[in-house]
Amino acid sequence: MTNNGTKRNILSMLVDNQPGVLSRVAGLFSSRGFNIDSLCVSETTDPLISRITLVAVGDMSILEQIKKQLNKLINVLKVMDFTETEFVQRETALVRVRAKPEHRAEILRMADIFHATVVDVGTEHYTVEVTGDEGKITAFLKLLKPVGIKEIARTGPVALAREKK
Amino acid sequence: MQVLQEEGVEIIFGYPGGMTIDIYDDLAKSSIKHILVRHEQGAVHAADGYARASGGVGVCLVTSGPGATNTVTGLASAFMDSIPIVVLTGQVPTRLIGNDAFQEVDIVGITRPCTKHNYLVKDVENLARVLKEAFYIARSGRPGPVLVDLPKDVLQASTSYKSIKETRMPSYNPTYEPNARQLPKAVKLIKESRRPMVLTGGGVILSGAAEELRTFSRKIQSPVAGTLMGLGAFPASDPLWLGMIGMHGTFRANMSSAECDLMIAVGVRFDDRVTGKIEEFAPKARIVHIDIDPTSIRKNIPVSVPIVGDCKITLQKLNQLLEKENEKDLIQSRDPWLKLIEEWKATRQLSYDQKKCANIKPQYVIEMLSRMSNGKAIITTEVGQNQMWAAQYYQFDQPNRFITSGGLGCMGFGLPAAIGAQIAQPDKLVVDIAGDGSIQMNIQEMATAVQYGLPVKVVILNNRYLGMVRQWQELFYDRCYSCTDMEHAPDFVKLAEAYGAVGLRATRPDEVESVLKEGLSLPRTVIMEFIVDREECVYPMVPAGKAITDMLLT
Repeated sequence: MTNNGTKRNILSMLVDNQPGVLSRVAGLFSSRGFNIDSLCVSETTDPLISRITLVAVGDMSILEQIKKQLNKLINVLKVMDFTETEFVQRETALVRVRAKPEHRAEILRMADIFHATVVDVGTEHYTVEVTGDEGKITAFLKLLKPVGIKEIARTGPVALAREKK
Repeated sequence: MQVLQEEGVEIIFGYPGGMTIDIYDDLAKSSIKHILVRHEQGAVHAADGYARASGGVGVCLVTSGPGATNTVTGLASAFMDSIPIVVLTGQVPTRLIGNDAFQEVDIVGITRPCTKHNYLVKDVENLARVLKEAFYIARSGRPGPVLVDLPKDVLQASTSYKSIKETRMPSYNPTYEPNARQLPKAVKLIKESRRPMVLTGGGVILSGAAEELRTFSRKIQSPVAGTLMGLGAFPASDPLWLGMIGMHGTFRANMSSAECDLMIAVGVRFDDRVTGKIEEFAPKARIVHIDIDPTSIRKNIPVSVPIVGDCKITLQKLNQLLEKENEKDLIQSRDPWLKLIEEWKATRQLSYDQKKCANIKPQYVIEMLSRMSNGKAIITTEVGQNQMWAAQYYQFDQPNRFITSGGLGCMGFGLPAAIGAQIAQPDKLVVDIAGDGSIQMNIQEMATAVQYGLPVKVVILNNRYLGMVRQWQELFYDRCYSCTDMEHAPDFVKLAEAYGAVGLRATRPDEVESVLKEGLSLPRTVIMEFIVDREECVYPMVPAGKAITDMLLT
């Protein structure tokens, strides 16, 4: 949570799997001045339907407008707001770190602690893959920063609601 | 063609081009009538005017590239005002799309933000379904413009036609029926209210709910104000009518909004021209907001009882609930409120002084027009001072009579919209109220009006200025009339005659009546030019950023 009551909110929506739909959603955000932090799209078990998971930043009233405007789009079937429910969230990051000889053991140890794997080895860099929720990724990156991060590629979160118990 | 005929389309407004010749070939053999305009923007505005005057869906046909891009302004206007039109654009063959071909534009990309929805048909097998969906989307829920892009090879391909009986879209389900739990809450607030006010907007007219609104307002004895788009939804001659609200609204309408304790807003979206400074809008009121579009509710204004639903159905249900109540409970202590409103009316009416002025006052022209036509004409307007005076001084008693570009405020709208309205209502008097600036934006449509023998009347309030901008420059920019002087203008009478229409001119107040009388009676296209007082301003006026009670009155 940041100040002014603005939050990062995870929205998951089911949309028609048609060309242009992503453009509509992105266009909606840009024309209304809403902010997208991250976006992830892929097919679902139904080939006609795709899932878009995105993180939007804003306070309560902005979030309500975003959800209503998304629902209004003809190609959007359903919009779920995970901010208020129990959900499972995961994200993957590929991190290229500078692997000076004196740091290599440290990198491997940290990877081990975070259940991350080294997927590429070079003379000067290691590329590490880590998967987890947002907190875990952020912590991992923070710890790696002193070693020297050259590049990061993150997917942004995907999420599904937990089963109601 | 078959889908269009099944949808009940009788008129198409359009302009041919390379990519649409195949359609025009079929059109020549069909029973659908095509109106050839002189600019594609005119085609879209005409379809818009046609839709508003007939209650149906307006249809346009233009070619690819420049033809399509010329429709963007008209689409944006229809989108802002929620008008059901379907615009068919030609497109280069599918194999050339994305190749910078001749007369190719990504019109679907360009119009995504200003249409309710749009389609590119890539396979002829989808053509019928897409067209059906386009009409369904245009006219249902909150209406809006839909664009369908048709590549030439798709138009030339053939397939067998299977008539589609029903269109069902799982991702699109507008809510017509109001939530039954919200209605009693509204009734409760009505019973507790001593100073209620009804605010009616475009939604009431689109929904066809004028009668239900009359019943409702009279039953609870609530005064009624209208936004620009809501004029005609409630009769101006009714004693409960407060006039237009907002930036150029009447004194009593704006004051009522500040003093009411309950505002029942039906089919409005609380646009900034209506609310003025939002933090100070209706400060003492609890608000009941009825609208079919959930995004309009709680977008600008916090609301006590939101009701998502069709205006007509919701008002019907509310009226049924009110029937069961004791009449006295509903109209308690109205007298002091109604008296206060009468005092406001007596203090400050819409006024101008023709007698003391040697020049024609534009308001005088509108009032005389209103009287001569008994308030029964269909009035289209351009944008600016002419639009505001038409809204203020013409007395509308019926819906679907006032056709104006409200949300977008598009100059050049009035003449083509009048053409569309005249075609929709051939037996009614249709008058376009224009300024000297606006009328020149789509003047080429005079040819369309004359070609089809449409007896549209154009009233030009000529002050040789870009009036509304000049007014702002006078009031807020120290009278620095930068680039608003339009002293160089064509001779509109000769221009009318050049197009084969009739041109009339009045330069003195005593000529106004005779010019109007002659112009309105001729069964031809007529331009009536009135040389009006150059620096007349629209009053009241709420300066930008002020509360709507902070009106400039002179």
